[in-house]
Amino acid sequence: MEKRVLKDDNDRVDGILKVTGQAKYFAEYELPGLTYGVLVTSTITKGKITALDTKAAEKAPGVIAVISHLNKPSAAAYEQEGGPQMKIFYTDKIFYNGQPIAIVVANTFERATHAASLVKATYAKEDFNTDFEKALKDPKAKKLQGQADYKRGIENAYKTAVVKLEERYFLPIETHNPMELHGIIADWRPNNQLTVYAKTQGVKATQGTIANVFKIPMENIQVNSEFVGGGFGMALRTWPLEIATVMASKHIGKPVKVVITRMQMFTMVGNRPAAIQTIGLGANKDGKLTGITHRAYGETSTYENFTEGVVNMAKFMYQCDNVNTAYAIVPVDLGVPIWMRGPGEATGAFALESAIDEMAHALDMDPLDFRIKNDPETDQQKNKPFSSKNIKEAYKIGAEKIGWSNRKNKPGSLIEGPWQTGYGVSVGVFNANRGKASVKGILKADGSLHLQSATSDIGPGTGTGMTLIANKLMKIPVNKITFELGDSSLPPAPSQGGSATLSTVGSAVNDVCVALKSAIAELAANSNMDATANFVDVLKKNNLPQIEVTKESQGGKERDNYSMYSFSIHFVQVKVHALTGVVKVSKIVSVGDSGTIVSPKTARSQMLGGAVGGIGMALTEESIIDHRYGRYINNNFADYHVPVNADVPEIDVNFINKPDPYINPMGAKGMGEIALIGFSAAVANAVFNATGKRIRTLPITPDKILA
Amino acid sequence: MKSSDQKPNQGDSRRDFLKKSSVITAIALTPSVAVKAAESNADERFAQLFEKIPLELTVNNKVYQTTVEPRVTLLDYLREELHLTGTKKGCDHGQCGACTVHVDGQRVNSCLSLAVMNEGKKITTIEGLANGETLHPMQAAFIKHDGFQCGYCTPGQIMSAVACVREGHTGSRAEISEYMSGNICRCGAYPNIVDAIIEVKEGGEKV
Repeated sequence: MEKRVLKDDNDRVDGILKVTGQAKYFAEYELPGLTYGVLVTSTITKGKITALDTKAAEKAPGVIAVISHLNKPSAAAYEQEGGPQMKIFYTDKIFYNGQPIAIVVANTFERATHAASLVKATYAKEDFNTDFEKALKDPKAKKLQGQADYKRGIENAYKTAVVKLEERYFLPIETHNPMELHGIIADWRPNNQLTVYAKTQGVKATQGTIANVFKIPMENIQVNSEFVGGGFGMALRTWPLEIATVMASKHIGKPVKVVITRMQMFTMVGNRPAAIQTIGLGANKDGKLTGITHRAYGETSTYENFTEGVVNMAKFMYQCDNVNTAYAIVPVDLGVPIWMRGPGEATGAFALESAIDEMAHALDMDPLDFRIKNDPETDQQKNKPFSSKNIKEAYKIGAEKIGWSNRKNKPGSLIEGPWQTGYGVSVGVFNANRGKASVKGILKADGSLHLQSATSDIGPGTGTGMTLIANKLMKIPVNKITFELGDSSLPPAPSQGGSATLSTVGSAVNDVCVALKSAIAELAANSNMDATANFVDVLKKNNLPQIEVTKESQGGKERDNYSMYSFSIHFVQVKVHALTGVVKVSKIVSVGDSGTIVSPKTARSQMLGGAVGGIGMALTEESIIDHRYGRYINNNFADYHVPVNADVPEIDVNFINKPDPYINPMGAKGMGEIALIGFSAAVANAVFNATGKRIRTLPITPDKILA
Repeated sequence: MKSSDQKPNQGDSRRDFLKKSSVITAIALTPSVAVKAAESNADERFAQLFEKIPLELTVNNKVYQTTVEPRVTLLDYLREELHLTGTKKGCDHGQCGACTVHVDGQRVNSCLSLAVMNEGKKITTIEGLANGETLHPMQAAFIKHDGFQCGYCTPGQIMSAVACVREGHTGSRAEISEYMSGNICRCGAYPNIVDAIIEVKEGGEKV
């Protein structure tokens, strides 16, 4: 397979492995003596386990062990007071329905699955509440501050504005549902040596979490995660089920593999929490915003707090002297949430960008003109200029491509048979991050460059982007460059999250390449060679098979002087069927303003993916709970509807592609989040334009259109 | 099961079945010994003898003769027994298409098919699609059009896409989308997947 060469420099470096089935994901490693673990889960929502009968399971064919709080294998940190409340197998408490309470290990998957069904738990039940809206209304229910209140100018200034609105928006729980099921293979060997094959967005984070729980040195733990079948945020932490698997391997002295079920993907690995938001907007008759108020409540669990940036965007996206925000979290008896693509900003943008559209309508203004009119020159929150912002140009490109001139400001104007056509627009914005990472570069006399970093690729194309950065700097052909990742023994890098990998790790690749070039120049000078001599000749003349450099890279003071954000504009055309209420997204134009585009093919794909995720968020996705039992009732792909091929039209992706002068050497800003943030509002706004119906509760299902 | 007269009553455990089994009596164990055997490791050996049934099938032109428990799905058989892990498990319920393989030329969700149901059948998985070092045109087109991101649904998408072309469901973008909607891609590569299929169809190469 090594002989196969990619035809285009912009193709994914791991494309051949992925299309031939050779890319190995965590569950696909063959280990001698591998055993299979299956998790037993709680069938009540709150209370205590009073008895756990594991006898039948223990005697079932092929069963090696049943592990629970009754025989908890040693996890040093869990034996101490404090720490997380949900210490798996160190508590008899039930915090939510579907919580893992035991793991059955057997010599085949089928035997473990059967034996797990034989474990019988008896509980002392307690009253519970899984209904977020009910908790919000209950004065006795806890509400915790999720972010410091923010105020600029006059609080609630919208209330006294000439034109004002105050609306409430609801977002249900969504579940990440990457295609690959979560799990881990753990192989605990004598002398506390552990190897895991993990599905993780951060090999160093996984290594650190396991080291903390079992109190063994980081260097004893090897984390491998070369290919990850999607994450969207859910693999940003090491979940209790993974700790359970490590415990099981330690207990039986054999490698244990756990692959959870699709149903368990709804309860064991987090979700996007439900949110209730109120937006107040005030404007003068000319369409200048005079007040913005954004208040949000987010859902969290009772055993762990989770917060995200729901109200961030309101503070800086529009020019307005009077802004105030508040964000609180409300615990319910469900599993703890985790960031899902676009995280809180996507939640917040649905509300804010819907409200902006509503205000434009109230003013009888084109929503695009209204946005342009209120576009800020500087960041009023940080009181700094933006490092780069080409949003007006992006508006122009998108408007032209979608055919915005066909849009009528009066809703319900475009009717063709049973179909009503509408156009909508929305903005997305996310902090343009740059963290700290290290990369090792090995430049060889055979003309190749090998780069290494303990970063991840959950799908965006990390290796491809890094290869292209090195290709540009070193003038080495793409097929002579390799980038190794997903291995905790490589130079450290942060987890893949917050749209920061290309910026963070790419900068370190840049620095390594610069250092390698100067090392070669120095060698050339010392051996009386021309400064422009090819590195292969220089290495050969010096009898060096290779040279290597490791560089740690991070940003400097530029962030003190500039406000750094990535922006996106989403334009959608929808067709709404008047009789059935069906909404079809018929055309999409997305424009990304995220600095230099390093890897055009994978960047475009990321924008496509954001739009597809946005269609799901807008039209279909909702994790539904039967609050009588505290259980999810649509926890599978037949009932939890993610977009399928037929739901997605052609998507026109455009990039401004102008370098940001300050953020990093490439001038590139992150894209993963902005591809999704705001998209759902663009759909809601288009539905309003098509029908005159303003849907403020996602997803926009036919019943809501017809109501 | 061939010996239908020995079918255990509903509600009997496998262990009860072993105790009652006439096969066990045939090898002249007294009931008490049989029970004792069932309580010890001997149980495992019995289980392996009696719970597995012979299976012969062809995967990627290679004939496999094995024994397999009847409850093992074709998907788990491919992944865990044959270590052909290119075929993916995404839901185990026939809802996502990640496990799509060709069985006698038809696309099938291998998670919904028991291995034993495929006796004598010819299976093609993603590992069997390329011709040695030469990629199948659909594999090449997926790379060219970036028809994937994380790559997990990709083998199923490609197997489905090849079948989609063979079935002749490529009349329009809409038709392709419809006939590819059994394969979920959470990264959202759908438009690129359709582009890849159109390219293969228009390329006219035999798929």
